[in-house]
Amino acid sequence: MGHAPRRNTAVKRTARSSLLAVLLGGALLATTACSAAGQGPQGAPASGSVSSGELNVFAAASLNGVLTDLAADFEDDHPDVTVRLNFAGSSDLATQILSGAPADVFASANPENMDKVTAPGMAAGEPVTFATNVLQIVVPVGNPHGITSLADLADQQIKTVICAPQVPCGAATQKVSQEAGIEIPAVSEESSVTDVLGKVVSGEADAGLVYVTDVKNAQGDVEGIDFAEAGAAVNDYPIARLVESANPDAAEAFVALVTGPEGRKALADYGFGTP
Amino acid sequence: MATTTAVPDRVNTVPDTATAVRAPVPYWVYPLAAAGAIFVLLPLAGMAARVNWQEFPQLVTSEASLAALGLSLRTATASTALCIVLGIPMALVLARSSFPGQQVLRSLVLLPLVLPPVVGGLALLYTFGRRGLLGSTFEAFGLQIAFSTTAVVLAQTFVALPFLVLSLEGALRTAGTRYEAAAATLGARPSRVLRTVTLPLVLPGLLSGAVLSFARCLGEFGATLTFAGSLQGVTRTLPLEIYLQRETDADAAVALSLVLVVVAVVVVTLVHSRAGWAPALGVR
Amino acid sequence: MGPGPGCPVSLELTARLPSRGFEADFSVADGETVAVLGPNGAGKSTLLGLISGLLRPAWGRAQLDGNVLFSAGQRPPDRWVPAHARGVGLLAQEPLLFPHLSVKANVAYGPRSRGASRAAADQTARHWLAELDATELAGRRPAELSGGQGQRVAVARALAAEPALLLLDEPMSALDITAAPALRRLLRRVLAGRKAVIVTHEPLDALLLAHRVVVVDGGRIVEQGPVREVFARPRSSFAAGMTGLNLVTGTATETGLTDADGVHWSGDAEAGLRPGDLAAAAFRPASVALFTDLPAGSPRNAVAATVTELVPHGGLVTVRAGWLAAEVTPAAVSDLSLAPGDRVHFVVKAAEVSIYPR
Repeated sequence: MGHAPRRNTAVKRTARSSLLAVLLGGALLATTACSAAGQGPQGAPASGSVSSGELNVFAAASLNGVLTDLAADFEDDHPDVTVRLNFAGSSDLATQILSGAPADVFASANPENMDKVTAPGMAAGEPVTFATNVLQIVVPVGNPHGITSLADLADQQIKTVICAPQVPCGAATQKVSQEAGIEIPAVSEESSVTDVLGKVVSGEADAGLVYVTDVKNAQGDVEGIDFAEAGAAVNDYPIARLVESANPDAAEAFVALVTGPEGRKALADYGFGTP
Repeated sequence: MATTTAVPDRVNTVPDTATAVRAPVPYWVYPLAAAGAIFVLLPLAGMAARVNWQEFPQLVTSEASLAALGLSLRTATASTALCIVLGIPMALVLARSSFPGQQVLRSLVLLPLVLPPVVGGLALLYTFGRRGLLGSTFEAFGLQIAFSTTAVVLAQTFVALPFLVLSLEGALRTAGTRYEAAAATLGARPSRVLRTVTLPLVLPGLLSGAVLSFARCLGEFGATLTFAGSLQGVTRTLPLEIYLQRETDADAAVALSLVLVVVAVVVVTLVHSRAGWAPALGVR
Repeated sequence: MGPGPGCPVSLELTARLPSRGFEADFSVADGETVAVLGPNGAGKSTLLGLISGLLRPAWGRAQLDGNVLFSAGQRPPDRWVPAHARGVGLLAQEPLLFPHLSVKANVAYGPRSRGASRAAADQTARHWLAELDATELAGRRPAELSGGQGQRVAVARALAAEPALLLLDEPMSALDITAAPALRRLLRRVLAGRKAVIVTHEPLDALLLAHRVVVVDGGRIVEQGPVREVFARPRSSFAAGMTGLNLVTGTATETGLTDADGVHWSGDAEAGLRPGDLAAAAFRPASVALFTDLPAGSPRNAVAATVTELVPHGGLVTVRAGWLAAEVTPAAVSDLSLAPGDRVHFVVKAAEVSIYPR
C-alpha cells in the first residue's frame, strides 16, 4: 500500500524525463552534437564521465550559504550540469522525498531525517556525515547583559528564546542544558532557528541558543558566545545520493565535492565543523 | 401579548414570495461551481482521511493540545472584544462622517486584510516591541508586551479588526440614517441614538463581523509567530501548536487541524445562518 | 378658524443654501399650521431640513419661541443647535418606527429621551396612543402594522415628544386612498392649536389642515397667504395649477352642506360637524364627470353650468364653468362636442366631496 503511490510517481517522472530527453535531444541535434543526446535516464552511467542535465539537491536550510557556493563551483567544473537547490527544513525535505519529489541528493541537518529516507531504501549506500554543527549562545551586539556561560541563561531576568524540544535545535538545547545541569526559563520556544535568531536580532529577546553557523550568517547583527557544554550536542549533517536519481553520476560527483577537501574548506568558512 | 411573531431582522426587506421566478443561471456555471466546491472541500476530505482516528481522542486531549486550544479560545475572545470596542467607532466614523483623506484612511485601516501576517507581525514588533516605537514607553511603565499573552491578543486584533470594521460599515450604510434622524427629532442625544437605534439596527452586521473576526483570530498564525513567540499556555495558540507538532508528530498535527477546521465550520455556519451574508474576503 | 397670521410670530427663519439653490424667509405664528406647497425639488424638504436641524444653512438665522436654532454668517459667533435639542418634531412620509421596538416603546421614545422615568414615559405613550385611536396596537411590532396604522403611531410618537413645532413631510403620500382621509381627520384634530408646518402636494391637505399656504418653487417662496385667498386668487403658476380644486361654502346639514344658492352638496362630513355649522365642501376637478343629459336616480351631486373655457394641459382638458372646474380627457370633450357657451351638468359622487367646518 505504502509503495504504490511512490512507484506511480516514479513511473510518471521517468516518462516525463524521457519526453524531456527526446525534446532536448531533438533541439540539440539540430544545432550541435551533444553527449546527452540519446542517453536516457535508464542508461547505465559510463564510469568516469559525468552526465549533463539537471541535478536536484535537497538541502537543510542551514546549508544555504555553503551549498550555494559549492554548487557554483560544481557548475564551473561541469558546465553541462545545472544544479537546482531546494532549501527547507530537513523534515519537510524528507517528507517531500518520501512523497516522490525528484531529488538526486539529500543533505540533512540531522541523522533522524536522513533515516526517514534510508529506511525505505531510498538512499544509495550509507549516508556520509560531512559536517557538524554545535550550539552557541547568541546575544545582541555588545552583549548588554554580559553573558559568558550557559548557566547565565538560568537567570529569570534574562529573556532567553530557545527552540522547542520537538525540533532538532530544541533537542540539542535540552541536551546541553542537561549537561550543564540547569533549567532555562525560556520566554518562548520557537519552532525554527530562524525565529530564535529573529527575536534576538530584533532585540525582543536578550539571548538565544542557535547554531554556530546561524550566528556566523547573522554576523554584525548579533554576537555569538561559545560555551563549554556545547560539545554535548554535536549535530551531524549526513548527505546521500538517492536511489531514484535521474542523474546518478552528477549526484555522485556532487556528494564527492561536498565531502572532499574543497567542501571541507567551504564548510569551515561557514562555521561548520568537519568530521 | 402576541409580540414574539415575525420580528424582522433586517430593515427594508423586500417581500419574497415562494412563487417568485429567478433569473436563470447559465448551464455552464454549474460544472464550474461544482469544480470550485470540490477544490475547496477535497483538501479538507484529504486531511480528514489522514486522521488517525484510534488515537484521535488522546491526540487532541494531550496537555499541550488542550493548553493551545484553551489559549486560542481565550485570546480570540479577548481580541474579538477589543475589535468590537475599537471597530464600532471606526466603522461609525467611516460610514457616518466625511472628512478629507477618508478614502485613504479606509484603505489603510483595511491594510491588514491584504498584508501577509508576517509583515503585520513585523510591524507590531517595531511598534510594541521592546525597541519599538511605543515599546520603550511601555517598558518604562513596567509593561512588557513581548512574549506575553497580550502580544497574542494584539496580533490577533491587528489582523481581525478590518473584518469587523468592514462588515459593520456595510451594515451602517445599508441601514441608512433615516431612523437616526427620526430619533434625533424626538430629542435623543447622539449617544442615545447610537445605543438605542443605530446599534440595534445593525446588530446582524455587528454579529457577523464579530464572528468573522473571531474566526480570523482563531486562525491567526504569522503575526503571532513573528511578534508574540511560542510558549505553551502563554503564546502558543492552536495554529502554532499545529505548526510545531508537524515537526515530530504528524498525527497530532492533523488531529489538531481537524479541531480547528471544525471550530471554523461551526463559526462560519453560525454567521451565515444568522445574517445570511458575509463579505467575501481573502484570508490568511 | 383659531389663531391666524395675526398672532405673535414664534418661528422665524431666514436662510440661504446655495448648494441647493435655496433662499427663503419663513415664519410660523403661535398655534398656526402652515402648508408648504410646491412641485418636486422646489425646496420643501430643504426648508424642513433647515428647521429640524438635519441641514445646515450657508447663511441665515432661525429662532423658535425666542431660542436661536442657528445663526450663520450673521453677527458672530455662529450658532448651531443640533436636531435633538431644538424641540422640533418631524413626521416623514414613512412612519420610520424603530423596527426593534414595540409600538408603545416607540411612542415612549421621545419622553425617555428627554429624561422621563420609564413609568412616566409609559403613561405619556398610552395617552397619545389613545389620542390617535391606536391603544390596541401598543404591544405590536412595527412590522405588524398597516401603512395607516404605522403613520398613526408615528404621529403619536412625534406628539409624545412634546415638540414646540411639528413638521409633517407629506405624511399622507405613502398611504393608500382609504387610509389617507382617516389620518387627515386625525391630524386635523391633533394639530388644532399647535404650531405645525405641513409639506404636501395635496391641495386638500392645505385646505383642511392649514391656516396659511406658502408656495415654494425653484428654492424660493413664490406666494403665500391665507389658504382661501391663495386658492381663490392664485398668483403663482403652481398655485394656479392647483386651484382647479372646487370649493363651496355654506351651512352644514345632516348629509352635507347647502350653499348660498341653496344647492345641496352631499359629501363625506368630518366627525363633529353639526347641522347649522358654517362649513365648506371641496372636491377635485378630476372627480367631476360631465353630462349633457343628467343621469337619473344616481346618488350624486349635479350642477348645471355654462362652459366658460376649455384649457388643455398635460393630455387632459380642464373644463371651467365660472368657479366650477372639471378635468376630463380630450375624448370626453369631443364625445360631448363641448365648446364655451354649452350648458352641461357637472356631476360628482358624494364620496368624493369632503365637508369640513369653517
